[in-house]
Amino acid sequence: MVSTREALNGVRADLFDEHGELPDDVESVPTRQGYGDALVELGTRDERVVVLTGDLADSTKVGAFRDQFPGRFFDLGVAEQNMMGVAAGLALAGKIPFVSSYATFSPGRNWDQFRVSVAYTRANVKVAGAHSGLSVGPDGATHQAMEDIAMVRALPNVVVVVPCDAEETRKATLAVTDLDGPAYLRFARNATPLITSPDSPFTIGRATVVRNGDDVAIVACGPLLVEAMRAAEILARDGIDARVVNNHTIKPLDEATLIAAAEQTGAVVTVEEHQVNGGLGGAVAELLAQHHPVPMDIVGMPDHFGESGTPEELLARWGLTAEDIARRAAILLRRKA
Amino acid sequence: MSVVEVDLALTANTIRQHIISMLVEAGSGHSAGPLGMADVFTVLYFSVLHVDPDDPWMPDRDRVVLSNGHICPVWYATLAERGFFPVSELATLRKLGSRLQGHPHARSLPGIEASAGPLGQGLSQAIGMALSASLDGARWRTHALLSDGEHDEGQTWEAVMFAAKCRLHNLTAWVDRNNIQIDGFTEDVMPLEPLAAKYESFGWHVVEIDGHNHRAIADAARLAEAVFERPTVVICHTIPGKGVDFMEDDYTWHGIPPDRAQAAKALTELRSLRGRIDGEYA
Repeated sequence: MVSTREALNGVRADLFDEHGELPDDVESVPTRQGYGDALVELGTRDERVVVLTGDLADSTKVGAFRDQFPGRFFDLGVAEQNMMGVAAGLALAGKIPFVSSYATFSPGRNWDQFRVSVAYTRANVKVAGAHSGLSVGPDGATHQAMEDIAMVRALPNVVVVVPCDAEETRKATLAVTDLDGPAYLRFARNATPLITSPDSPFTIGRATVVRNGDDVAIVACGPLLVEAMRAAEILARDGIDARVVNNHTIKPLDEATLIAAAEQTGAVVTVEEHQVNGGLGGAVAELLAQHHPVPMDIVGMPDHFGESGTPEELLARWGLTAEDIARRAAILLRRKA
Repeated sequence: MSVVEVDLALTANTIRQHIISMLVEAGSGHSAGPLGMADVFTVLYFSVLHVDPDDPWMPDRDRVVLSNGHICPVWYATLAERGFFPVSELATLRKLGSRLQGHPHARSLPGIEASAGPLGQGLSQAIGMALSASLDGARWRTHALLSDGEHDEGQTWEAVMFAAKCRLHNLTAWVDRNNIQIDGFTEDVMPLEPLAAKYESFGWHVVEIDGHNHRAIADAARLAEAVFERPTVVICHTIPGKGVDFMEDDYTWHGIPPDRAQAAKALTELRSLRGRIDGEYA
């Protein structure tokens, strides 16, 4: 049985077919492509926008910006610490720099520069961490950034956004540019189903409910949002109505939407391609423990390093598929008061 | 000495006295570095930089980034003496609620352009500022002040390479070559020599001076302005603790303040030095 449901907050209503799979007409695009597109848009309309990369122009999708605005593009070589500091200096002199690298290097390699040169100063620097999570698959654990959300979330003054698809990434990139202060954007490597459209609402700090339900809330961020939605389809077959929340902004957290979800469903499962320590799950747990404690489960990397394999194999190996989410949500329901 | 030179010498002496008073009042902080760099700061702020204490953030001001943030007492004392904020505020160094943080916090005080503390971060920030000026075709210069010890940090060399790549002729780095760091002499802890040759091989224009010779400091600043297509580093050979006999060249004074008795002795020395400077002019 397939649940009939309305399109909510701009996410396609016909996202899954009768087998709970994505139909063929759902296009897949890497989230970082939305970043590259937005930068070209920004470069055209704002001369203050400059782009920095550490020898990763094409894989962070900033090549188009480089080609159109070569004077405002800087390749700093494999030197992420200096890159973050240079960005701070550019920002302090009035530019809006975008620091583009892989999350495992930036903020992985330059967290101290992010902290002191950028966050403490409130320098208007936007940091883009690409190739996060398990999506770099075969490269193995060294390149799988599974700690970056925790790292940046700990820093005062920093806005943290994990968009779910390329379109949301484009909007997030534009939105953080309108903020005067540091921000971190997190992307994946793989092509991700395009589930939002240019008309879908997007506001920093405002989570969107993409599926209604009152039995359990599944709060997800990034490309795993699709898995969370598929998990809701699986649960629906067992008569469980799951609410799915697209929690793209990890900081500042949308407290009202999350507390309402806890109040109205009584059980919350978080889903992220990140360690279970200190990421989305940690943020939601901190909020709910203080304001509305309910049984919770945190689906993510269980305090372990990754390994080589295809992204699909790794998601299955570490329990991050829709089936895993649905199973854990069903178990969590038994703990509801 | 000319009148101007005597004025600069007296100003540097006043700044050194401020540093001693601030440190003893704070009860913690670094003594050797601030005293050693008092002459460079004095000449920059009283003879070289295009800055206006009444309009501290004017768009075309020269930028100053202090990378080894722990010597900020000399920066604070110089800014106060130059009129950026009241001298009386120097006594609040490191106190709760003060604008004079233990290590500099960008924009917390007029004239403080960047945050610094963990070593090795300043040159990169200065490069970003200089790049921005280049993009805008602006004429202001950026001055980065670095310690010798922070050349242990990899980031410093990442920045040195990048500045050369960008041919940042609007950037001057001033290196406090005082040969000490916390654990001892730099050449024992982590040898840096040949430092000048290293910079040269990285594509920089290198000037070496006596960091207590005011005329040499001013000349180096102007020389840097005359160079095109290359950033300039001025390696300033200084005596840590300069002006206070029992602190000079003793690395144990790197990270501690004087107690009240030591401060009184230091101030007596500095005042008698002041008398000798005055006497030379008379």
